[in-house]
Amino acid sequence: MAEETMGMGPIPKEEPIPKEKFTVIGTDDFSGDLIARPQVSYWADAWRRFRQNKIALVALVVLAVMVVMVIIGPHLNGIAFEEIDQDALNQGPSAEHWFGTDNLGRDLFSRVWQAGRVSIAIGIAGALISTVVGCIYGGIAAYFGGWVDTILMRIVEVLFSIPYLLIVILISVITDSRSIFSLMLALTLTGWCNTARLVRGQMLQLKNQEFVLAAQALGVSPWKIILKHMLPNTMSVILVAITFDIPNYIFSEAFLSYLGLGIAAPNTSWGALCSAAQQTFAFYPYQMFFPALLIALTMLSFTLLGDGLRDALDPKLRK
Amino acid sequence: MVKYVIKRVLYMLLTLLIIITVTFFMMHSIPGDPLASMARNLPEQTRENYYAKYGLDKPAGEQYLIFMENLITEGDLGESIRYPGRSVTDTLLTNSRVSGTTGGLALLFGIAIGVTLGIVAALNKNKWPDYIVMFIAIMGITIPAFVMAALLQYFFTVQFHLLPTTGWGRPENLVLPVIVLSFNTIATYARYVKSNMLEVMNQDYILTAEAKGVTPFNVIKNHVLRNAFLPCITILGGQIASVFTGSFVVERIFSIPGLGFYYISSINDRDYTMILGTTVFFGALFVVAQLLIDIVYGVLDPRMRIKAKD
Repeated sequence: MAEETMGMGPIPKEEPIPKEKFTVIGTDDFSGDLIARPQVSYWADAWRRFRQNKIALVALVVLAVMVVMVIIGPHLNGIAFEEIDQDALNQGPSAEHWFGTDNLGRDLFSRVWQAGRVSIAIGIAGALISTVVGCIYGGIAAYFGGWVDTILMRIVEVLFSIPYLLIVILISVITDSRSIFSLMLALTLTGWCNTARLVRGQMLQLKNQEFVLAAQALGVSPWKIILKHMLPNTMSVILVAITFDIPNYIFSEAFLSYLGLGIAAPNTSWGALCSAAQQTFAFYPYQMFFPALLIALTMLSFTLLGDGLRDALDPKLRK
Repeated sequence: MVKYVIKRVLYMLLTLLIIITVTFFMMHSIPGDPLASMARNLPEQTRENYYAKYGLDKPAGEQYLIFMENLITEGDLGESIRYPGRSVTDTLLTNSRVSGTTGGLALLFGIAIGVTLGIVAALNKNKWPDYIVMFIAIMGITIPAFVMAALLQYFFTVQFHLLPTTGWGRPENLVLPVIVLSFNTIATYARYVKSNMLEVMNQDYILTAEAKGVTPFNVIKNHVLRNAFLPCITILGGQIASVFTGSFVVERIFSIPGLGFYYISSINDRDYTMILGTTVFFGALFVVAQLLIDIVYGVLDPRMRIKAKD
């Protein structure tokens, strides 16, 4: 202030301001501590950051379209996915059969979306099962600690060191029922190990962090600490794990179906469609093209969405 | 360090024992017995002899002990049920040489290309070489091996007649399978090397080196690459496994008489001793590879040695 007034001529003589010009407007309402701006919740903040990531947004839109198509797709052209038309074998894409027909004359457009139902359902169900089991297992290990933690994590370590696809193949050979249920069992039997490790690691890290200590020091109840502080911070890890789990399950199922161990006819999945198209690929490449494109598109979208979510949900990036 | 290695070897043996035991009893819990379909029409005495030949007349616990004894003392995994006279161990050893050739080449090729691409991407962050590499990497992760194989077969053999579609024995048979098998390795390594290098480049010791006046080339060569490569060794175990599991599909498509090919056909044949033997073999391969990688990592990274001591 002093420097500013320096160049503006002589300072006018200070006249004392009369006391009555001052009024007490209150000092006891702590208005300085009030948060003037609307509070941005964790999820709103994450959504704001996620929207800035155009690639992830496109991936989300593609996935949304995919889900809608999987629901309405099999009914769009009025031909049932298992309907056999002997007069239209191995036809290329046409006005009647938009994606062509397969070697039994079944409409590939309906089949591709029907297959998508199975593939995506398996992906989502697998991710949910492994998340629930992994969270409980990892949570127990982190919460109890000590020898419980040691034993539980040793078990995970042993399970983890068995090649995943070997277990999947073995279980599907043994159950031999080729139903979605036994397929799910085979896929998720050790699939939860990764989530369990992640959740445990995150929980252990959080337990020793300053904000949890601060909450404890302020007398917040343990239940509220878990709900308000631990869970939202673990949520981001879990959510990202889910987005990466789903394409992995879709991939594993496609792999199994390709080897003839997956879903049984007349039902089908993208892997099974690819497998069926493989034999005649040199003559009817379009039969492989559509299911392969959809697998690749789904995998791509989930991977990009996962990358975007990880960036958006990581609280450490908050500024 | 020695204590750490011994501990790891013991865990490895425990893991192997669990894999073998679980696989054995799982194979035996399958309803119906593996010989039932073949022995159905045999006379009583012949059938008994037939079962006795495979030891299937004994209770499962005793069979397990015999199996373990043969495995430990002679490395004998029994005889194929579907193809009498064919020893499982011999089949595994012959086929693993075939798989090892394709798998090993794919791994070397994949690591070489993947690491190079990763370095290029990291040094040109957010420029067009980075975008191209990341595009390739995303493709490698999102396109299934069987689609990739079909595409390559279509273009290289059906369209342009450059390479044989399937077969084994000539060098040109190796080209397509190795490309398909290495694709995932390339993608994984490109992504991993890139992110590791970017992480190391942000470290304070890089700033120190630059401040001391070390030339940019030497900073990359001596400081960034050394530190960025170390963690890459840890994913080698997973890569070895993925090359082998990838071989299930790739060997079938290209008709390569390797482990994966026989594993799938023994599953289709319900050849239980073969499935059991191959699973044990795959499990052992995977577990031993992981152990070796952990030990190598401990030897190469001084920080790990200190951690292991604590």
